[in-house]
Amino acid sequence: MLRYTIRRLIQLVGVVLVLSLLLFAWLRALPGGPVSALLGERSTPESREALTKQLGLDQPIFVQYVKFLGRALSGDFGVSTGVQPGDSALDIFLQRFPATIELSALAILIAVAVGIPLGYMAAKRRGGWFDNISVGGSLLGVAVPVFFLAYVLKDVLSSALGLPTEGRQDAINATRVTGFFVLDGVLTQEWDAALNALEHLILPAVALATIPFAVVFRITRAAVLDVLDEDFVRTAESKGLTAPTIRRRHVLRNAMLPVVTTIGLQTGALLAGAVLTEKVFSFAGVGQALAIGFERRDYPVLLLLIIMATIVYVVVNLLVDLSYALIDPRIRTR
Amino acid sequence: MPLLEVRDLTVVFERKGEKPFTAVDHVSFDVEPGQTVGLVGESGCGKSVTSLAIMGLLPRRGARVSGSVQYEGVNLLSLSDREMRDKRGRDLGMVFQDPLSSLNPVIPIGVQVTEVLERHRDMPRKKAMLEAAELLDKVGIPDPTRRLSEYPHQLSGGMRQRALIAIALACRPRLLIADEPTTALDVTIQAQILALLKELVHDLGTALVMITHDLGVVAGLCDEVNVLYAGRVVEKAHRHELFAAPRHPYTHGLLSSIPRLDAPRGEKLNPIRGSVSDNIPWSEGCAFAPRCPNKLDVCVRVTPEQEDIGGGRLLRCHNPVKPPVAEEVSA
Ligand SMILES: Nc1ncnc2c1ncn2[C@@H]1O[C@H](COP(=O)(O)OP(=O)(O)O)[C@@H](O)[C@H]1O
Ligand code: SF4
Ligand SMILES: [Mg+2]
Repeated sequence: MLRYTIRRLIQLVGVVLVLSLLLFAWLRALPGGPVSALLGERSTPESREALTKQLGLDQPIFVQYVKFLGRALSGDFGVSTGVQPGDSALDIFLQRFPATIELSALAILIAVAVGIPLGYMAAKRRGGWFDNISVGGSLLGVAVPVFFLAYVLKDVLSSALGLPTEGRQDAINATRVTGFFVLDGVLTQEWDAALNALEHLILPAVALATIPFAVVFRITRAAVLDVLDEDFVRTAESKGLTAPTIRRRHVLRNAMLPVVTTIGLQTGALLAGAVLTEKVFSFAGVGQALAIGFERRDYPVLLLLIIMATIVYVVVNLLVDLSYALIDPRIRTR
Repeated sequence: MPLLEVRDLTVVFERKGEKPFTAVDHVSFDVEPGQTVGLVGESGCGKSVTSLAIMGLLPRRGARVSGSVQYEGVNLLSLSDREMRDKRGRDLGMVFQDPLSSLNPVIPIGVQVTEVLERHRDMPRKKAMLEAAELLDKVGIPDPTRRLSEYPHQLSGGMRQRALIAIALACRPRLLIADEPTTALDVTIQAQILALLKELVHDLGTALVMITHDLGVVAGLCDEVNVLYAGRVVEKAHRHELFAAPRHPYTHGLLSSIPRLDAPRGEKLNPIRGSVSDNIPWSEGCAFAPRCPNKLDVCVRVTPEQEDIGGGRLLRCHNPVKPPVAEEVSA
């Protein structure tokens, strides 16, 4: 297991190197660039040339890349040209990353906490009205565009629920420790701050949760249907075990294998969803920075954020694989 | 009083867009305390459905069960789900055909044994673990304490079936139902498992309903034998009499097809032409008629009724096989 983990982490280093090179080249191949984004319409050829030189964009791509790598090794990922011009890309990452992690974690939590029980109940009532309605609902969950739902939540439901729709926290002078606002509030025992940050998370998290919820629901339902037909469930019944024991220990425990895999794969979709959700809710996270970064061709920020997102994706899926082994002894003891 | 009294047990499966299918048709038999009773018949004749109906394990939707199943004087079919859960595992144990798929792959063997002790005998986990080790030892699993923490895939097929037998007998039920417990195993292991079952039910005084398609299994184990065909009992007799003088043409055919021990494993035995599925239903004459060498004209018109032919034997046939004279004297 340990050797497996180490091997996967070494692979990750390779992936990051290749990805960074491809991204580096690809970003520079995009039409437009930071210079026109920064200078706008009223640029002169002279000012453009000066800025291009200043940003080092006049050099061959390969030279730029090697220089970037050299600086990156010492923790310098360049300076933002578009998202928060003048700030270092690393600072932007450190500010925004916790925001998106908090948002995604809450979204996944909602998706799992609702999707798994509903999926189980639908499977148990296969073909009944509850099953049909929830399957239909989950189809809707996948089909409705995230940003549409986000706007509905923001414009229609927020006032009814009295929930905030902008930003991560009201200006309430909270102490910053980790950058995770909810966690900071708990750590410093500034409960108001924690609650306020949590309230700001709810609507965007619900919007972000719809697709993973629908996927978790459907996979759980299918997996439970499969497991219910297994001989060992019949054995468990033949022992006279209570319904809750059978559900937890025999059905769900086995049905969780595909569900856990799904959750890992959903981290990619979450980031895509975060771009839209964060935009609608003016939520200062990675997704928002990516959206602005693309508009303004902010190479350093885009490069760092995309690479970090990839690392998160790989690490989450590694954790998923490891938890898979935890659930399934056939993998662990092979 | 018999321990188990099955009367007119009937199971009808309702299927969407199809005619209801009667898998078990007025099956009746008794099991005395400590007795071993065989249910024998080809695949598809309703053996498993019969056992699942007794255990209350048929799907709640789509299966209509009627008749009665008296266990210690209580009709199991009239019990609520909760009451039946109290009985299963405690008063009635069951062993299934495929030991690998019948064990939960992600739970240690130990938990799969102890959970039934915790459920019915109120044992705390620690005490149940000790008891579980003892149980595994009793069913002939070497190094039982280590095995408790292992998973099903780490055990051999024979060991898995032993573990399932330990689970089924953990609460000392008075009745054990074994549904083809050796069919999925190697021939040499089959004999070991049968010997183990025989020894255990003898030692514990457990009554056993042995379900099999193999009369060879019956020969070494059962006191009474019920031969099933297309959901009905066609012949019932004591083991000795049945082997000495099978009266139903179907039983007769089965007996001449007892597999030899040297027969290659997995070889299909098909001494009787045709199969259960292409039968006419019992409502229009005898279901066995298309395959019967003794068939008369009446057989396709009049459904044979079950008759008591004396000596505790029941028979459902218009033209039974004549008993061999010499054998009858010795029997
Ligand atoms: N859940 C079910 N739904 C519909 N038909 C079933 C079901 N279970 C069994 N049957 C049918 O009932 C008949 C008897 O099956 P079974 O008792 O399993 O036979 P066997 O004697 O081989 O154990 C078969 O024709 C089978 O197709
Ligand atoms: S009733 Fe007729 S067809 Fe049926 S088993 Fe007897 S002899 Fe054969
Ligand atoms: Mg069967």
